[in-house]
Amino acid sequence: MKILVPVKRVIDYNVKILLKADGTGVETANVKMSMNPFDEIAVEEAVRLKEAGKATEIVAVSVGPSGCQETLRTALAMGADRAILVQTDTETQPLAVAKILKALVDKEGPTLVILGKQAIDDDCNQTGQMLAALLGWGQGTFASDVALGDGSVTVIREIDGGLETVELKLPAIVTADLRLNEPRYASLPNIMKAKKKPLETVTPAALGVDVAPRLTTLKVVEPAKRKAGVKVPDVATLVDKLKNEARVI
Amino acid sequence: MTILILAEHDNAILKPATLNTVTAAAKIGGDIHVLVAGKGAQGVAEAASKIVGVSKVLLVDDAAYEHALAEPLAAFLVEIGRNYSHILAPATSVGKNVLPRVAALLDVAAVSDITGVVSEDIFERPIYAGNAIATVQSRDGVKVVTVRTTAFEAAGPGGSAPVETVSATGNPGLSSFVSAELSKSERPELTSARIVISGGRGMQSGDNFHLLEAIADKLGAAVGASRAAVDAGFVPNDYQVGQTGKIVAPELYIAVGISGAIQHLAGMKDSKVIVAINKDEEAAIFQVADYGLVTDLFKALPELAEAL
Repeated sequence: MKILVPVKRVIDYNVKILLKADGTGVETANVKMSMNPFDEIAVEEAVRLKEAGKATEIVAVSVGPSGCQETLRTALAMGADRAILVQTDTETQPLAVAKILKALVDKEGPTLVILGKQAIDDDCNQTGQMLAALLGWGQGTFASDVALGDGSVTVIREIDGGLETVELKLPAIVTADLRLNEPRYASLPNIMKAKKKPLETVTPAALGVDVAPRLTTLKVVEPAKRKAGVKVPDVATLVDKLKNEARVI
Repeated sequence: MTILILAEHDNAILKPATLNTVTAAAKIGGDIHVLVAGKGAQGVAEAASKIVGVSKVLLVDDAAYEHALAEPLAAFLVEIGRNYSHILAPATSVGKNVLPRVAALLDVAAVSDITGVVSEDIFERPIYAGNAIATVQSRDGVKVVTVRTTAFEAAGPGGSAPVETVSATGNPGLSSFVSAELSKSERPELTSARIVISGGRGMQSGDNFHLLEAIADKLGAAVGASRAAVDAGFVPNDYQVGQTGKIVAPELYIAVGISGAIQHLAGMKDSKVIVAINKDEEAAIFQVADYGLVTDLFKALPELAEAL
């Protein structure tokens, strides 16, 4: 059984973002980039399924500029077997990425695609659901547990009021939530080995996919800032302020 | 121009998130229809018909929609959604699961988690955990949009829309519901509570959350937690407030033993009044707090419970 794991290169989650002065977006030049944290969880889950003898091959995929090779090498170092870079310098939005992934699924024939539930840059939370739609597959989004059965997969999902368990026919899509697992750090020997693993590069055009953005970003600005308020000396003053100044209790 | 809103409900009760979504729709303009898809959800449809600004309620009652599974629900929405200018849902776990699937089936973009409506096709939405606000324009024929409910007021009562029953489109049979394990609480829901009191790693244990609960019960508040508290196993994940948890914007947010990581601030910084109780006076949470109390929470919480 083959598993496909798409990974996105994003600004590292520890970096404080800077907006471009012209208001067109976020500065990404000379900024530390990493694999989207939810995608690390997706890779980890795939590797664990392989280690448990339930999967035979893990193919990591990334869509974006040549720098995404680095992200794919990280996936390979974590345990993916080979990688595909769909190289483009165009901004790729979730629908375009889903179409690219569908083309790759048609070619590769995986039984399971595991994605991060959301990228921490655009915070869209769409690609997995869109890919499931285009493939006509079931979707187990926001997964905190994945159990592969015979012809089906049982997914425990994080929902607003608690947890929900669903069963999906295979092949299926799973999107990883935070508590699915704790991703491993790649060891140095594995990082060295990853350099020799196959990494193939294709283009969206070769896959027959039009990646033109559907949404136009008109501007990107800083959110309204909150000002720090006052320190209060004790609980009595706090309660008084909440009652008589803020009038919220 | 007619907008279709996917109602959030549990087959018995219409969830308040729907009301905020109606307000977002009213800002876009045009007729507003509300779709109630469920099983035995007649009462929900009647509740939806009373929301001011709603001109029609569509009720589709079928076992396929009982648990809001994305596959049958999206298949249905695509059938009826083609005739609408916009399809909206609150950005809840249901809306976030279903609407991108609908968008892809319609071959249109989805616009996630909008916090502002500029015009019928221009929306504001937070990116990078709310550290930037993007204004985006959709030129697709159908705009598929999820709404951050805390950014819009709840629509009030006063409507009297007709309820029209529509036929189900069947279940593609890709998925089945097995079970749900919902947190039971007498307290209000986190995302709709007027007051929220949250604990962080400083609470030291799950048992200590009873200190917050005592105050929550006096204030009629919901209890939340930071990701650190959830990761430490103090409370279940559905307590989590933050970028990776729930987004809340109550009138009063009390952060107790929470340092104020960006991740957490992303989930609560739009609250009207923020109180921080933390013994570390350098904690980042004080930079967004209207009222800060630098003290040991184990001393302050019993005092606060006493004073209320």
